[in-house]
Amino acid sequence: MANSAPLKFHVPEPEVRPGGTPDFSNVVIPEAGSVERPPVDAEPESIRKLAFSIIRVLNRDGEAVGPWAGSLTDEELTAGLRHMMTLRAFDARMQMAQRQGKTSFYMQHLGEEAVSTAFRKALAKGDMNFPTYRQAGLLIADGYPMVDMMNQIFSNERDPLRGRQLPVMYSSREHGFFTISGNLATQFVQAVGWAMASAISKDTRIAAAWIGDGSTAESDFHSALVFASTYKAPIILNVVNNQWAISTFQGIARGGSGTFAARGIGFGIPSLRVDGNDFLAVHAVAKWAAERARSNLGPTLIEYVTYRAGAHSTSDDPSAYRPKTESDAWPLGDPILRLKNHLILRGIWSDERHKQAEAEVMDSVIAAQKEAEGHGTLHSGGKPSVRDIFEGLYEEMPPHLRRQRQQAGV
Amino acid sequence: MSIEILMPALSPTMEEGNLSKWLKNEGDTIKSGDVIAEIETDKATMEVEAVDEGVLAKILIAAGTEGVKVNTPIAILAVEGEDVDQAAKGVGEADETPKAIAVAAEPAPDKQAAVPAAPKTEAAADPDIPAGTEMVSTTVREALRDAMAEEMRRDQDVFVMGEEVAEYQGAYKITQGLLQEFGTERVIDTPITEHGFAGVGVGAAMAGLKPIVEFMTFNFAMQAIDQIINSAAKTLYMSGGQMGAPIVFRGPNGAAARVAAQHSQCYAAWYSHIPGLKVVMPYSAADAKGLLKAAIRDPNPVIFLENEILYGHSFDVPKMDDFVLPIGKARIHKPGKDVTLVSFGIGMTYCTKAEAELRGMGIDAEVIDLRTIRPLDLDTIIASVKKTNRLVVVEEGYPQSSVGDFIANQVSQRAFDHLDAPVLTIAGKDVPMPYAANLEKLALPNVAEIIEATKAVTYR
Repeated sequence: MANSAPLKFHVPEPEVRPGGTPDFSNVVIPEAGSVERPPVDAEPESIRKLAFSIIRVLNRDGEAVGPWAGSLTDEELTAGLRHMMTLRAFDARMQMAQRQGKTSFYMQHLGEEAVSTAFRKALAKGDMNFPTYRQAGLLIADGYPMVDMMNQIFSNERDPLRGRQLPVMYSSREHGFFTISGNLATQFVQAVGWAMASAISKDTRIAAAWIGDGSTAESDFHSALVFASTYKAPIILNVVNNQWAISTFQGIARGGSGTFAARGIGFGIPSLRVDGNDFLAVHAVAKWAAERARSNLGPTLIEYVTYRAGAHSTSDDPSAYRPKTESDAWPLGDPILRLKNHLILRGIWSDERHKQAEAEVMDSVIAAQKEAEGHGTLHSGGKPSVRDIFEGLYEEMPPHLRRQRQQAGV
Repeated sequence: MSIEILMPALSPTMEEGNLSKWLKNEGDTIKSGDVIAEIETDKATMEVEAVDEGVLAKILIAAGTEGVKVNTPIAILAVEGEDVDQAAKGVGEADETPKAIAVAAEPAPDKQAAVPAAPKTEAAADPDIPAGTEMVSTTVREALRDAMAEEMRRDQDVFVMGEEVAEYQGAYKITQGLLQEFGTERVIDTPITEHGFAGVGVGAAMAGLKPIVEFMTFNFAMQAIDQIINSAAKTLYMSGGQMGAPIVFRGPNGAAARVAAQHSQCYAAWYSHIPGLKVVMPYSAADAKGLLKAAIRDPNPVIFLENEILYGHSFDVPKMDDFVLPIGKARIHKPGKDVTLVSFGIGMTYCTKAEAELRGMGIDAEVIDLRTIRPLDLDTIIASVKKTNRLVVVEEGYPQSSVGDFIANQVSQRAFDHLDAPVLTIAGKDVPMPYAANLEKLALPNVAEIIEATKAVTYR
């Protein structure tokens, strides 16, 4: 021990910082169609390599290829494109509404639209998502009214959450969308509990847990994997790896494990990586996982490889920590453009129809916004009733709250 | 009719920013959604988007102007059919001009001008600051950064860790410049796990280093509370005095604005319950600096509760080489004889406003800033109560088992005969913080409540 070198520790650094040239050469992208589609009851041992590859369906020419292709009909595909376009238009309008002071905060999905919209279509009515703040596509694709989402964002007199929750933290039991928690990862383990409860009640509904790359560091993530693995809970464990947790690049949470999907291997959970910007691949993999859960084969971990093209939130400025042109260099492209090109190749879409659909989508978003603004925005018009501050805290209002309400004169 | 374009707020707590760049010139046609300018705060750079359409008639605030208050008119927009020159002249007729951007602004900082001026003896009267010391106006944010930087220069064992503290310079920019000065091994970005990095910090402290653990907010630190209470606070005791944890857990605490139930809780009373911890909650920049330095040097675990709204407030800070304040000593913010108002942290903003209004009514209130919640300086409170015979305690936390409850209990035991009225406590409403602005306001204490309580205990 006499000549031991001083000990060191390692702080991971992203490939480039602002001012540098974006470089994704380290992201290995397998060819579309090249990854096998195992049977849903495959032994986890036998499919370990799926945690280190990327399942892709749409190739560079826009063709759907390989064993994961074919999970959606023409109608479902055009509806999916429209859902992604709606989400993007919705984001653009709400982003602007925040800048105009109509709400204090907003979080957009730019570049990640395929993940939540395609996933929703692999679930059935009654299944429950425990989403993060970047899965509003689950609501859009399930037909939840945009005006209700906006009422929540504007915290107005029609706010379904009655002025109690942060903008974009939607909640709809009917649409299988559990109340979003502002504290990260808390719901990952709760989703496993929900799934186990469904099994205990001999129900047929499954659960889907959602988490970002950064918050996989939370202990809730690891607890969720332990429980899902031990009890073979009917759940899909979704990790959306959009490369950035605010300014923290994904390598800080991932450490030396290679991929986030690989975290599942030690737990014996079948773990797959999928191209998160490929609507068809996301749907096919989600459907595979849902079938496993529904057939009592247990949990599946899915890592969606995508890129957060926009800022983390309206309070964030990504140019402080990553090159401005980094999103242009992202090798998996834009999910809307990729599906659009595929539909054109399929002969069921055209540039003209796309342009027309863009206009229609924007019109419907603007119409919803007008209606919502008629019910008030953060600083003007209708507001939640002051009674709402005391309601809903307990099933029955206890006497001391009743007194406080009387004192407040409401 | 011309429209004024106002300086927007990027976030609910922003009060001012720099107008760094105009992207449109006078005379340019503007469409709704066009980016017309870039503004910059200490947090971020953002684009200003036009709401209304028209022609940019006049730029009122030049590019490069610093410290532009939110809601200040920055340009005039001539709307369709309007003469641009005429619109440009319309400056100054602001009362008739509709406001173009309604923004989420905080209430303007202290409107002290509207009330009788406070005696300007406060800072000089502070016994902890030598008379004649030069004062420098400093924000709480800068004071906290300066405290950490000074202690890190002084002691190689001090380091800071937390989410976003390095590359991003802190989610609230409290660690601004520290990475550049001290490098990646002393300013450490952590994975997102408060439970994890609080535990790592406690371990590092037990190994003899002096970590400063920044929580992005104490609201995220609930999952770290086991590390703080069961390990940091108790290990020295349990190990028979062998292994302590000289560590500071710091970050914003309590409500900011528009951040709702899970991000708006005050933990002063929670941590004050725990033997083994010290709990500091400063109001002014001088106290923030002097007490954070003391906390870093303290051999015990210290919970250092800051406030997001106070970060941008400026106060006089003494220009001294090594300004350290004692933990556990309250500060008489303003002496008085008719009633004692006790508060701490952001609660002081309500009390100072109430004090000024009460002065206008002929009530001379003594205002005490606790600064430290544990150990609590009861002697200063009791000495004051013996003089004024009346006590009102103000805090933003929940009413049950509050800091005020404990003070009321102690005062009734130790100075009962000196009380001419029951001790009144003012706290937040007993509900999770709602999001909506009107409900949020209702959930927090306000100046009127303090005045009403003061009138009640002085029988006015």
